Amino acid sequence: MSTQRKAVALISGGLDSLLAARLMLEQGIHVEGINFYTGFCVEGHTHAIRKKDKAKPKRNNALWSAEQLGIKLHIVDIIEEYKDVLINPKHGYGANMNPCLDCKIFMVSKAKQWMQEHGFDFIITGEVMGQRPMSQRKDLLPVVVRESGADDRLLRPLCAKNLAATLPEREGWVNREKLLDFSGRNRKPQMALAKQFGFEDYATPAGGCCFLTDANYSRKLVDLWQARNKKDYEFDDIMLLKVGRHLRPAPHYKLIISREDGENKFLNGYRKQFATIEIKSHNGPLTLVDGQMTEKDMQQAARIASRFSQGRNADQVEVKITLLSGREKFLQIKPMPASEINQAWYI
Amino acid sequence: MSHYSLDARNSLCPMPVIKTQNRVNELSAGDTLEVSCTDPGALNDIPAWCRINGHEILQAIEQKDEVVITIRVGSN
Ligand code: SF4
Repeated sequence: MSTQRKAVALISGGLDSLLAARLMLEQGIHVEGINFYTGFCVEGHTHAIRKKDKAKPKRNNALWSAEQLGIKLHIVDIIEEYKDVLINPKHGYGANMNPCLDCKIFMVSKAKQWMQEHGFDFIITGEVMGQRPMSQRKDLLPVVVRESGADDRLLRPLCAKNLAATLPEREGWVNREKLLDFSGRNRKPQMALAKQFGFEDYATPAGGCCFLTDANYSRKLVDLWQARNKKDYEFDDIMLLKVGRHLRPAPHYKLIISREDGENKFLNGYRKQFATIEIKSHNGPLTLVDGQMTEKDMQQAARIASRFSQGRNADQVEVKITLLSGREKFLQIKPMPASEINQAWYI
Repeated sequence: MSHYSLDARNSLCPMPVIKTQNRVNELSAGDTLEVSCTDPGALNDIPAWCRINGHEILQAIEQKDEVVITIRVGSN
């Protein structure tokens, strides 16, 4: 018997990567999944933060995919290394702050490294030609092959027939005839194939696999870079961009105001890193302050924060501000009326 | 066979899973690992990861704001 060939499959949690891996299993290939965590992935956490999502089952779709396939999944933390991809994308950004092409190249190159370290033979992805405007344009698929260094060990089972034969096909490890020729944005073929394989309840993310394709999120990221005058971030920064209302009443400070209990709890974990504003006389949100406030700013910030408390219509509310130095300040203020909130403050 | 513990509190999924995975990879078959988390998502994700990768869940309990999951490391 010939040796069983091994493929490492990029598993995003979406339908395409699930199908691509399934096609390889069909052909008797040993498949293990790899999933990269950039810090921006839609998976997991935000569900945990916001209470309103609690009704939905919380599941990690990459783990779910692997379980459906019956394969191992290796999750790799690339938070640090990903910074350079996002901050300096050679091929630029997509519609929002998504550096999809550089991201794909980076992930495939990491998968290649993993493949070599673990004695695997080739890499598979769920890419479909022409499906996404940026990373999956026909003329760009070869760029991923070339710049990732994966060369002809990168196989895309869903559209392989539209592309030149790769090493696994030429060597007969996989039967090219049984690979597919999907292209374009029509999702029907994928859905039909999912049905054929008996996959139900798969994830259908609207945008891409991450927050960087989201316009609101991208705006907050750009605002953060502008305010700091530097394109850089820490892990906590990018987590906080997912939580709460973000308002910037002045260039030098930003308020992160929780929207409900789950967010309150989450923001509470950041008390040591940020000045906080709490409404004492009424039920209200916890607010983190990113930046330095003057005395005058504090008055304004307290008035804005209390706008989102149950005391919004009261003549006076008591607000406690705790500065990073530990100094506490109690203010009696009148919440800002809606008409005074400048819409441009919302990031 | 030894018993270990891992503090994955105050990190959000999938970080607790990644931390668990990286720790389990350093242990030997039969060892047990007790993971503490604050993200309730871990209650789904860590057992799912264990099922996929051939490790056994000995216990998974949710107490107040914490989830504690005990794993027995599998042989592959
Ligand atoms: S959507 Fe996000 S994770 Fe997916 S390829 Fe684009 S940048 Fe990368």
